[in-house]
Amino acid sequence: MNNKYLFEQIDINEPLKLDCGDHLKNYSIAFKTFGKLNKKKNNAILICHALTGDQFCTGKNSVTKKPGWWNILVGPGKVIDTNIFYVICSNVLGGCMGTTGPSSINSKTKKPFGLGFPVITIGDMVSVQFKLIEKLGIEKLFSVIGGSMGGMQALEWASKYGHKINSVIPIATSYRHSAQNIAFHEIGRQAIMADPFWKKGNYYNSKQFPTRGLAVARMIAHITYLSESALQRKFGRNLQNSKFFSFGFDTDFQIESYLKHQGISFVERFDANSYLYITKAMDYFDLSTKTTGLRLSLPENNLKYCFFSFSSDWLFPTSETKTIIQSLKANNANVSFVEIQTDKGHDSFLLDEPKFHFVFRKFVRGQIKESRL
Amino acid sequence: MTKILRNDLIKISNLIQKNEKVLDVGCGDGNLIYYLSKNKNVNCRGIEITLKGVGLCLEKGLSVVQGDANFDLEDYPDNSFSTVILSQTIQAMIYPDRVIENLIRIGRRAIISFPNFGFWKVRRDFLFSGKMPKNKILPFEWYNTPNIHLCSYKDFLDFCVKKKIIVDKFFCLDEYGNDIKKNIFTNLFTFQVIFCVSK
Repeated sequence: MNNKYLFEQIDINEPLKLDCGDHLKNYSIAFKTFGKLNKKKNNAILICHALTGDQFCTGKNSVTKKPGWWNILVGPGKVIDTNIFYVICSNVLGGCMGTTGPSSINSKTKKPFGLGFPVITIGDMVSVQFKLIEKLGIEKLFSVIGGSMGGMQALEWASKYGHKINSVIPIATSYRHSAQNIAFHEIGRQAIMADPFWKKGNYYNSKQFPTRGLAVARMIAHITYLSESALQRKFGRNLQNSKFFSFGFDTDFQIESYLKHQGISFVERFDANSYLYITKAMDYFDLSTKTTGLRLSLPENNLKYCFFSFSSDWLFPTSETKTIIQSLKANNANVSFVEIQTDKGHDSFLLDEPKFHFVFRKFVRGQIKESRL
Repeated sequence: MTKILRNDLIKISNLIQKNEKVLDVGCGDGNLIYYLSKNKNVNCRGIEITLKGVGLCLEKGLSVVQGDANFDLEDYPDNSFSTVILSQTIQAMIYPDRVIENLIRIGRRAIISFPNFGFWKVRRDFLFSGKMPKNKILPFEWYNTPNIHLCSYKDFLDFCVKKKIIVDKFFCLDEYGNDIKKNIFTNLFTFQVIFCVSK
């Protein structure tokens, strides 16, 4: 983890002002690009990753050696066609895949930041992405796309830089974290902080990392990404190894084994402090204003919105998306929306959902025609 | 014309002025609003209930939300469109009266087209067979039809009087989409009708 040479990075040697009032003196952005930027520089798409995602949205992940997390949608001939588009995906600020985060070395102390890392927001993540786009010499993005926390970043883009993008595709997301969402995150953070190896975030030079706490956090979160019916369909009450109960606390049920596996495989690739910082950034996210509805770009920018939600997603339910749609409709924005019927829960945006891919492809095609790419 | 429009849609498109702002409720494949946006510089939005329909609209670059006209019109602010179109859909609404009130609230005017249940062939079929009438725009069986609130154009006129809705104009079309002269037999010979109403 955090091996600098594993990642393509650019170093920004100027301060980054953060929403918390603090600033970072300098920072690195790790990113991947796929496809080629055309001469007009109008075919660039920014893909924003979710809480535990990374810049390897397609191709092979150089850390896990597994296929990218959105391989199903991004690549040659796919919905986000890298034969047509120049796809950019960067690790978020606070992450642990090469972009500056709590596991990075603080240039002042020459030690990892740990909890010395300033608290960040979705807005700060987007400021960093904006810098990257600027560095890549792109004036206007064809689209900003993201699911879950990636959708929050996409909405933040639409809020701050609506004039810099043609379209935005927020998927399975919301304009703010609900009390229930914050509650689940807080349980995850408490699990990490209760791990004796966490040591107030100062564990980078220890032999032991707070892996158990992080694994529990992942297990809790993972349940929120699925749905009751999908869990029932996949696992039911099936037993893992034998036909009989063990009458002990070993793994009896397949669902227990599955969650443990999710926890264990996660800690190999993720930093516990990053988990604290990024979940907090999501909790702080809120586009609502006291007076004028949501803080989003309106039609004067000619920005097109295309929202997707999933019927069985109880983490970011359709009602949340509908609130955004209402606000945009009331302001005459160019907004499109579909709710995909599925029982696969929040994670549907990462899975093979033919109806989702069908509509997604149609929207992208429509925009290709409009932009004459 | 880039795409052939259904007869009643051609008629409706002729009623729309350049640079209008239009909401098409139940826009289907989006052919009408696509035509209007390309040929009359109309700023268009659509609502469509089917995923396939929304997909076809998005492919044309249109802004369309998946929604149900029975429930999703409430979100739109008053007078946010110059015209709201509801073509061949009012008869499938659960609460046609509420939907129509919403249409003329959202738009300065509403264009509503529907099959005329007073058409002579409908009456003939029911009279001689004693069974629920079917035709090319009402092709369903009684048990699976989405068309649950059928009316004749006279019923609609009565409704407008009762609800104090202003009928700006209306067009009666025969089976081939041609205009019918209005006389005492109009209800008999009208296959479908297009109303322009406002509050």
